[in-house]
Amino acid sequence: MELIAAEVEPKAVARKRKREIWMERLFLALTWVMLFLTVSVLLAILGKLFSDGLTRINWQFLTSFPSRRPEAAGIFPAWVGTIYVMALTAAIALPLGVGAAIYLEEFASRNWFTRLVELNISNLAGIPAVIYGLLGLQVFVRWFRMGESVLAGACTLAIMSLPVIIVASREALRAVPNSIREAALALGATKWQTVKDHVLPLALPGILTGTILALSRAIGEAAPLVTIGALTFVAFLPKSPFDPFTVLPIQAYNWVSRPQPEFHRNAAAALIVLLALLLLMNSIAIYLRNRYQQKWRL
Amino acid sequence: MKTGQATKWVHWQERIVVLLLFVSASISVVTTLAIAISLGVEAIGFFREVPLIRFLTEREWTPLFATKKFGILPLVCGTFLVAGIAMIVAVPFGIFIATYLAEYASERTRRLLKPVIEVLAGIPSVLYGYFALLFVTPLLQKFIPSLSGFNALSPGIVLAFMVLPTIASLSEDIIYAVPQSIREASLALGATKLQTVFRAVLPAAASGIIAACLLGFSRAIGETMLVTIAAGQRPILTLNPLEEVQTMTAYIVTVSLGDVPHGSLEYRTIFAVGLTLFLISLVFNLFGLFLRERFIRTFQRLG
Repeated sequence: MELIAAEVEPKAVARKRKREIWMERLFLALTWVMLFLTVSVLLAILGKLFSDGLTRINWQFLTSFPSRRPEAAGIFPAWVGTIYVMALTAAIALPLGVGAAIYLEEFASRNWFTRLVELNISNLAGIPAVIYGLLGLQVFVRWFRMGESVLAGACTLAIMSLPVIIVASREALRAVPNSIREAALALGATKWQTVKDHVLPLALPGILTGTILALSRAIGEAAPLVTIGALTFVAFLPKSPFDPFTVLPIQAYNWVSRPQPEFHRNAAAALIVLLALLLLMNSIAIYLRNRYQQKWRL
Repeated sequence: MKTGQATKWVHWQERIVVLLLFVSASISVVTTLAIAISLGVEAIGFFREVPLIRFLTEREWTPLFATKKFGILPLVCGTFLVAGIAMIVAVPFGIFIATYLAEYASERTRRLLKPVIEVLAGIPSVLYGYFALLFVTPLLQKFIPSLSGFNALSPGIVLAFMVLPTIASLSEDIIYAVPQSIREASLALGATKLQTVFRAVLPAAASGIIAACLLGFSRAIGETMLVTIAAGQRPILTLNPLEEVQTMTAYIVTVSLGDVPHGSLEYRTIFAVGLTLFLISLVFNLFGLFLRERFIRTFQRLG
């Protein structure tokens, strides 16, 4: 009885309400501080990078080979290597990833094998990049005798980005309405004909968007390529897929780990070029998504 | 006759294609096996020469020195120290920001803030390392003069913002997925919005949020270039965040950069360290995925 009486006493209720309001304000204020700090970190990263490196970027920097003298050094082999590795990675990962997604989404029956594959994919997505580097070192560099080549690097990055590509492709395939499949099948098309001629073309923009994003994630990651033995000092351009190579993040790492501030400026400049490349890829992905995104009216 | 042949060809084509698709799907299983075998083969070679008990109990890690010690403890300790510092920042940030975005923010604010947070996940880790070494460490040294040039604190803090998008966006999805009926029930009983969020929604989402944090932690212990650049390369058994430490990932990268002959014991150490890292992250991943799955199943039943 006393308890109930206390509950309805107006003063106590009012005090409680007031406390509640203050708690809510505190929560919101704390969150805004956190968001402010997060955005500040992002701005600080970009500010530091551009103030250090922007003035270092010029034609000489883009077309020179690395050098012991920081002012003569450049990133020619690094950006050529990056694009080379990226193109080869895409050529390997795209068909495999899309194939796996089509199988899981369109053909697989719900059995233990499908469950196993799905669990595997979620787990592979969480494995550290450097472990993929060890896999690449052992399997591609040693067992398949590819050496520390562009091809070995591309295979490693392809295996690493496969889980992400598969998940994105499956989502794109799932977004294609069933009526499309039913219409094709009703006209006598086989299952593969249905997928190849109708489902896949409609899902392609989504698949490409996901693939480009996965690749841009992979190419910014230096760890697996360092582990398979990509070089840090390359005074030539890779001509064939079997040549040694370097990439922008490795070149930047090499420069940032030296003591001289002049090399740090070079690292910043190399990272700006890398960011520009990633920005370009992301823009293409966003353009594809907006240009071809289907609005299904059913 | 002709149509019969054509049908037969279509039939065969279909079979071949399905087989090819099946093979691509199997690659994920092959990858897992290949990781286990390639790490396992070299690790077995390593443990033939260095007994497991030495690996687990020695307190020093000096495989590249004249007097070799093979205790993994300093590397594991360094890894957990840096990742732990990151989680101290990233977990409250991630949960608060996710709660705000899912429960309080207007659609416009959400659409403005989410890409900004996602951008943090897209920044290359070498750039984070550059920032930690050349901006955060000098900044911190102004306040903590005893901070060494390489330390666990600065990369730990920066790492927090690298894993923040993982924790925040996974948690936000989970909070979003909590059924509306739970909120309505709480509000109908007279609870305020804040009480509803903290005493009804977040407890309901707890398993999913813990899963998000575990996946974030797993990402933190696997991060490589940032800690290689900013945390240092001396494996010291310490819990002092102001000192230089070496993580498991940094050790693998450092040895890979040097010219270590294939088949030597030094070469095998990176696979033994890699196997340890793989097993640790596997445990966190599987536990995280299990909790996430359980959350989803719980609320599917509720409808």
